[in-house]
Amino acid sequence: MYKGQSGMFAWLLHRVAGLGVLLFLLVHIVDISLLGFGPNVYNEGIALFGTILVRLISLGLIAGLLYHSFNGVRIMLIDFVPQAVRYQRSMFWAVMILTIVVFLPMAYFVIAPAFGINAGNTASGM
Amino acid sequence: MRISTGYGSRPTSGGFETFSWYFMRISAIGLFFLAIIHLFINHVTTDVACTSYQLIAARYANPYWRVYDWLLLTLALLHGMNGLRVVVDDYVQIRAWRIRIESLLGLLTLAFFMVGTVTLITFQPVAGSLGPHCLK
Repeated sequence: MYKGQSGMFAWLLHRVAGLGVLLFLLVHIVDISLLGFGPNVYNEGIALFGTILVRLISLGLIAGLLYHSFNGVRIMLIDFVPQAVRYQRSMFWAVMILTIVVFLPMAYFVIAPAFGINAGNTASGM
Repeated sequence: MRISTGYGSRPTSGGFETFSWYFMRISAIGLFFLAIIHLFINHVTTDVACTSYQLIAARYANPYWRVYDWLLLTLALLHGMNGLRVVVDDYVQIRAWRIRIESLLGLLTLAFFMVGTVTLITFQPVAGSLGPHCLK
């Protein structure tokens, strides 16, 4: 379907990232179901997400979701825009750069609270 | 000989695979916004350690958040499990095993959809759960 190495790599990464996000989704449906057991049980589960280890795993989830989303747009452009397949290689690099550029600031907000740095997202707001 | 149309390839049988091909792309458009916004409000503007029972109680007082989360649950689960089905089609060579595994995936999809939907619909905050959102 795609010619050249970047297309093959984009395809493989899309599949691996998608499966990773799916695995998290299944875990997430179960952890959200703890809501039915009341505040103590649910918050004990959420406290786990605040640990440094799970925050690091979350970074993988965020990177995977961003890549899968942006590369999904690339796939749809190839599918629906005539001749877009000619630009698949440059679009792949655009996807990689966009993923990194969006990921880095998000990663800061995820990691900062673990080190007691006030990133402005630990007030009691919505 | 296959002559390129300039478009990517797509199934044209008009059967389930064609439906699946379009479903993946249509659900992707919704998921692009639903999932990225979801990440943003639960990991960036609000730290994950503040997404407590108390926060959910405040948020779910507005039924639109339940609709939002239910749409995300439904689209993500169908999109993801259908993606896994395609992966199984690609790598499991023996037909009998493909049928067994994909039937199991169908049952799992239904089970997770039901657990998620029941959780979203039946959530009623216990009395006195309007405290601070952030866990210490």
